[in-house]
Amino acid sequence: MILMNKKHTISALVQNQPGVLAHVAGMFAARSFNIDSLVVGRTDDPGLSRMTIVAVGDDDIIEQVRKQLGKIVPVVKVYDWTRENLVQRDLMLIKISAPPEKRVEIQTIINMFQAKVVDISPKFVMVEIAGPEEKIEAFIDVCRPYGVKDVARTGMIAMPRYSRNQAESKSKENNKNE
Amino acid sequence: MSKSTVSLRPEMPGNPPQEMEKTGAQILCEMLQREGVDTIFGYPGGVVLPIFDALYHSPIRFILSRHEQGATHMADGYARASGKVGVVLVTSGPGSTNIVTGLATAHADSIPLVAITGQVKTFLIGNDAFQEADTTGITRPITKHNYIVKDVKDLARIIREAFHIARTGRPGPVLIDLPVDVSTSKAILNNGMDEMDLPGYRIREVGHGRQIIRAAEAINAAERPVIYAGGGVVLSNASAELSALVQKANVPITTTLLGLGCFDQNDPKSLHMLGMHGTAYANYAIQQCDVLVAIGARFDDRITGDVKRFAPQAKIIHIDIDPTSISKSVKVDIPVVGDARLILSEMVQYIEPRGREKWFAQINEWKKKYPLTYKNDGEGIKPQYVIEEVCRQTKGNALVCTGVGQHQMWTTQFYRFGQPRHFISSGGLGTMGFGFPAAIGAQIACPGVTVVDIDGDSSFSMTLNELPTAVEQKLPVKVCVLNNGYMGMVRQWQELFYGRRYSKSYLQNPNFAKVAEAFGAVGLTATKKSEVPCIIEKMLQEKNCCVVDFHVEREENVWPMVAAGKGLHEMAGLPTETVERL
Repeated sequence: MILMNKKHTISALVQNQPGVLAHVAGMFAARSFNIDSLVVGRTDDPGLSRMTIVAVGDDDIIEQVRKQLGKIVPVVKVYDWTRENLVQRDLMLIKISAPPEKRVEIQTIINMFQAKVVDISPKFVMVEIAGPEEKIEAFIDVCRPYGVKDVARTGMIAMPRYSRNQAESKSKENNKNE
Repeated sequence: MSKSTVSLRPEMPGNPPQEMEKTGAQILCEMLQREGVDTIFGYPGGVVLPIFDALYHSPIRFILSRHEQGATHMADGYARASGKVGVVLVTSGPGSTNIVTGLATAHADSIPLVAITGQVKTFLIGNDAFQEADTTGITRPITKHNYIVKDVKDLARIIREAFHIARTGRPGPVLIDLPVDVSTSKAILNNGMDEMDLPGYRIREVGHGRQIIRAAEAINAAERPVIYAGGGVVLSNASAELSALVQKANVPITTTLLGLGCFDQNDPKSLHMLGMHGTAYANYAIQQCDVLVAIGARFDDRITGDVKRFAPQAKIIHIDIDPTSISKSVKVDIPVVGDARLILSEMVQYIEPRGREKWFAQINEWKKKYPLTYKNDGEGIKPQYVIEEVCRQTKGNALVCTGVGQHQMWTTQFYRFGQPRHFISSGGLGTMGFGFPAAIGAQIACPGVTVVDIDGDSSFSMTLNELPTAVEQKLPVKVCVLNNGYMGMVRQWQELFYGRRYSKSYLQNPNFAKVAEAFGAVGLTATKKSEVPCIIEKMLQEKNCCVVDFHVEREENVWPMVAAGKGLHEMAGLPTETVERL
């Protein structure tokens, strides 16, 4: 089946001006498109921000999402990176219950995940971990038996890896209004 | 970055640059003139006082409405009739919320408007100040784009961008929210044009050459092609190009409500309107065609009926300037993105004339078997008869506006439009009360043209408060109220689908003729069929705004009808009982 719901990573370069986030978020709501995550951040150009949007839907719906995003005036460029070989990162701060007798055990897990302790108190440790979504989810699962107090995540940002076939990757660089 | 700014200042010695500090309000008036605006519709209020003060000395004509909604529909009617950008100016808070319906109406039908709303002082924004509303927040989903001006230095550029966005590509309303302290603070207005900063706004006007050839080849190969043209043809002024294509290719053509008049309806190739209340021959042609050419139309649900069974045998070509319209509700085989006029004029050279006698014979048989008809044998006035008579007496040359409901559908069925921009109606949003203020705007745009608002009693009641506007501006707008004492279309649905329970759909109307007279307009009433021709003649000769109250048959229905969820060929209310098996 072609019409399968799958996760799509869409990246949009937007003009850094008031209302643009409301406009993008409002478009998703008004057209009943579902978003898994939406991350906005600055780029090297102070006039531009990048939105990384993870949306779930079949190919036709995502095609509409891409076109509707392109129609928004301050949206400069839209890419659908779903078929690209992507580097994906999510950053999480997690507070885990860590009484003194469990700390060594927890530290082992933290090392296995190449995570980092950023704060420690008599009862808790706060850990910073970055990586693809699956890694973050796995880390939460492993920590759960100790007691997870709080979780804060940035949502997913992404960038395509260098591709040998530059020409092909160029053609996938979907200009808006196409 | 290369500067494409064109300086209007002559570079001559002894002619020093005339760059003067101006207030935001003065910059606004000056920029409107530079954009070619000669008429503004609106209503004053607290935070727009500086702008109205600047307008006091401006040559721009100001049309004062009696409600901001009316002003927006007037600007809309003005834009549809003239092809220019309509401009509306209102105050903050209730002024801006009152234009919401007008903006949504224009947005749904892709009409170019620029709305300027006042806003409270910048430092008060977010403070729940007097007459404060989050105007840009409220209007974001119903405008093509909107702005709030925080610095007077940006004002000239923003105005230029707003007009550019409103009138190019798929047109639409653009709103500029202008805080009062920005209107009063000063900046230098360049004599030249400020450069626009719109890196994300790119319009593809020229169609893809290979797609155009593919489309032409599909039309050439078609045995049973149909063209389905919409409001986009009117917006891109492509009527001549469309007509050339239709005649050369020898293809029958049907239009949407907004497309009425983009092709001469008196031409034998015209199938008139399609859709829910379209003609049987248009709907059958769609269901039987092998190639469907959609031009500037968007496969609205009132057009397609059950979308899964829409044009089941057709290869679909879709010409549209808005890429989001392509394959939104109906999967398209050959999309061509771009301006209809440019694409059609290019496409026509690849078209080969074809006979298609069999197809036209079939269509003519449908036309003979299922004409648009109504029974006109009683004493009472049939609403369709009034419309036919207006059409006859104006020789089909009037500019006709409508409200929304039964009278609107009867107008599409029984008035024959020969030219574009002569039928003005709220198609997408279906805004009751649109007709009369739109007719005022249209009359201002076209002073020499007979403008008739064919309206319903309920629709007219929503905006008849604009009568004094028409009287004050000495506009000879004609209003035909098809008065059945019901919200006719609501009543029809209640009759057909809700067991004749006419829940809250009847209303006690005033004497519309006396209402008109009280406002200083001319009021007439017709209660018998025999009076109709005479009273329409009198109305058309009238030099003032004239309202005619036609007491029509109360429970007349609009036929044929494709009920919601039915296929386009499953029409109820056809003149003969035999229904085409498709």
